[in-house]
Amino acid sequence: MATVVEIPKQVTMADLKGKVDPDWCPGCGDFGVLAAVQKALVELQIQPHNVVTISGIGCSSNFPGYINTYGMHTLHGRALAVATGVKMSNHHLTVMVTGGDGDGFGIGGNHFVHTMRRNVDLLYIVMDNQIYGLTTGQTSPTSRLGMKTKSMPFGNIEAPVNPIALALAAGATFVARGYSAEQKHFTELVKAGLEHKGFSFLDVFSPCVTYNHDNTYQWFKPRVKKLEDDPGYDASDWYAAMEKAQLWGDEIPIGRFFQRTDLPSLHGAEPILADDVPMVERELRVPAQAAREFVEELM
Amino acid sequence: MKQSFTVSIGGAAGQGVATPGDIFAKIFARRGLHVNTYNAYQSIIRGGHTFLTIRSGVEEVTNMGDRIDLLIPLNQDTMDRHLGLLGPGAAVIYNSDSIKPGAAAGGVQICPLPVAKLADITRNKVAQNTLAIGASLSMLGVGFQPLEQALTEQFKKKGEAVVAENVSVARAGYQYATENFKPFANPLPMTDKGYAVLGGNMALAMGGAAAGVKFYCAYPMSPSTGVLHWMATHARKAGIMVRQVEDEIGVVNMAIGAAHAGVRAMCATSGGGFALMSEGLGMSAMIETPVVVIDVQRAGPSTGVPTKTEQGDLWQMLGAAFGDYPRLIAAPEDILDCFRIIPEMFNLVDRFQCPGLVLGDLLLSEGRSTVDPKDLDFNVPIDRGELITSADGNGADGYKRYKITESGISPRAIPGVPGHIHTAATDEHDEDGVLISDEFTNPIKRRAMMEKRMRKVEGMEAAVQPPRLMGPPGAEVTLIGWGSTKGVIQEAVEILNEQGISANYLPIRWLVPLKGEAIVEILKKSRYTIIVENNYSGQFARYLRSETSYVPNGHIRKYDGEPFMPHHIVEAVKEQLAGKTKLSVPAHEIMV
Repeated sequence: MATVVEIPKQVTMADLKGKVDPDWCPGCGDFGVLAAVQKALVELQIQPHNVVTISGIGCSSNFPGYINTYGMHTLHGRALAVATGVKMSNHHLTVMVTGGDGDGFGIGGNHFVHTMRRNVDLLYIVMDNQIYGLTTGQTSPTSRLGMKTKSMPFGNIEAPVNPIALALAAGATFVARGYSAEQKHFTELVKAGLEHKGFSFLDVFSPCVTYNHDNTYQWFKPRVKKLEDDPGYDASDWYAAMEKAQLWGDEIPIGRFFQRTDLPSLHGAEPILADDVPMVERELRVPAQAAREFVEELM
Repeated sequence: MKQSFTVSIGGAAGQGVATPGDIFAKIFARRGLHVNTYNAYQSIIRGGHTFLTIRSGVEEVTNMGDRIDLLIPLNQDTMDRHLGLLGPGAAVIYNSDSIKPGAAAGGVQICPLPVAKLADITRNKVAQNTLAIGASLSMLGVGFQPLEQALTEQFKKKGEAVVAENVSVARAGYQYATENFKPFANPLPMTDKGYAVLGGNMALAMGGAAAGVKFYCAYPMSPSTGVLHWMATHARKAGIMVRQVEDEIGVVNMAIGAAHAGVRAMCATSGGGFALMSEGLGMSAMIETPVVVIDVQRAGPSTGVPTKTEQGDLWQMLGAAFGDYPRLIAAPEDILDCFRIIPEMFNLVDRFQCPGLVLGDLLLSEGRSTVDPKDLDFNVPIDRGELITSADGNGADGYKRYKITESGISPRAIPGVPGHIHTAATDEHDEDGVLISDEFTNPIKRRAMMEKRMRKVEGMEAAVQPPRLMGPPGAEVTLIGWGSTKGVIQEAVEILNEQGISANYLPIRWLVPLKGEAIVEILKKSRYTIIVENNYSGQFARYLRSETSYVPNGHIRKYDGEPFMPHHIVEAVKEQLAGKTKLSVPAHEIMV
């Protein structure tokens, strides 16, 4: 394969503008997420053609169409599996996965857990609005107890999943939560997630202004508290992170809950990649000597 | 009648049926004999009943045959089940310390081995197996040296003492048989050929390696797991990344992700896992990312019979995932074809940017067959189709990933290439990848994109060879089979011709595209046609009828989990030609 000719170019916000404008409802939290991701890529000067943004299905999963990077808009719940394949095929690419709480914690729950334990080097942003939006307002895995939706009109009787605690338990090496209305803070989290060498989980409150009348901007504003404002908080302490993850009510922590950098990512641990040459750049043919040995084994 | 020699070894799982099987196969193959093995086993790690049949001959042996010449029962159960299958000239070798023979047919030689006298059974738990191999080779007129060599190779990892121990036990069995048992009427022949012993799952994996697969992933599922095992064992030498994934949904999506980023990616499963993969196949077709998926069929539905063979997944494959999309489906005809079909399929899926499905079954995947080592040529043609891997020479301006073309094929740029940024979407999209599914639905564009993808079908039709009629033209009866039944049908046809019933056969390898017109053209000239398949409902017969309106004269079907034996087909043909029935369902006589 021919070497890709790198054209060093200053990356600007304009470079990252997608072919079409988002079709999200006016006021949707996802606008803030998109802007923060674009800003983070500009600040880190990552070339758009070296980024792959991968999503599943849902309102927020339309994200890859709205940002000018390589994109994959895959199946509902499957983005992490696809993204793992992309990263293993070419680990020199920056891989971002974007989606919603139903996509990630509901239908995609199995892949979520296993991608974390594998420590695949990618940034996973879940735009968590605690509701199913694109299907017009049903209960999601993060909908609070008692919340009334079209699918549970008398109130949710199933306890919600705790994404931060789940990520910590599954072995994610970077676990953070943001709030899309806190642009600066969230942009910093995106940058930290992109720079982390391993699986970065970034849950972001992204209010649904159309279907979630419980968890609104007004509801979040007085509750969210930045972990970064607490000088005593140590994000390398898993137990402290787990404790913080339990807080929900008058105080809801946002920020970097946990990060460890001592574990290799999946491609870092994979012996076949010891020479750092991406699979996609390798010679297709089996070495002649190996082919001979494979046949000799059968004789 | 084809000259062959068949040895069957049976016992409980855990008694060590596999090792003697491998040793026999190796010795026969090195003697220049063809070998075909079939293992009737059960989904159990210890206990149950495993029955391994190894058939060899100077001429090609394509199936397990009809006759057992030598039975080695490792327990009483095997003796009780199978002694009755032996006819004149056959022999049974067994441990007379623990097993009692029943009533055998006349002319069957009963060969008791006093195992405790011949070997120290406190040290060697499988002494009876090794003694029996030694005795067998003596009776077959094979010198001891090939066995000594095979045992040395088998046990060398365990150290010299273990090798010496096994060789001495084998020698004791060999000598005891020389002194006490009558040799077989015909000593085992020998030729100057040297064959490799290839298994179907191995062959599928090696085919992937030859094709340039760089990413293989799977979830373990019988009877396809052997592909994963070969890949995992040989990954580093072959330069393949191998991943075990949480489920088959993850498997197919991960493979498609890897393929999308530019490598050749493959995965294998069985019917249940394939069911989980089907949504992913639709994605492969929609985002036009090629992937090869192998379905090694087992007896269904549902969990079914995990260790038994069937050809019951054809309609699942034809209907996998919703909506219309181009796909390729091929069924390998024999174990060597498992190796050949994979690179062929990769060239086609790369060219047509769609999923390619390989429909194998347990009979091939767990079977073994000798092949000429020259036929395992890794230097296969590789055609990656219209793939853009660098910006050199490609006008970056206005790149449209899903450009509407006459062939339906649009040049595919992989992530990382400057100037070709696009989003690949499972939603319907325009030429530039922008969605036309949600906000800007547009019937004209939708129709154009649908027609663009489906135009690839014409190219596929032209890229695939039609099937060929085998055997004498103008025969009294034509047998039609698909995939793994080719070998047994071939032998049944030979037997029929020897018995004065002129017969020929039409093996089908490509299911999509089917080449229906070519098939009907051949069958129109046939006098009596019978479709032979390993399933209940005649899945291929129904498919052929739906594509071509062709209806055969009769059907031979088997769905008891076991493969056809030649006589099943021969007898069924005779009863159909005699007008007794149009549907024969042969009974399997070997209770396994």
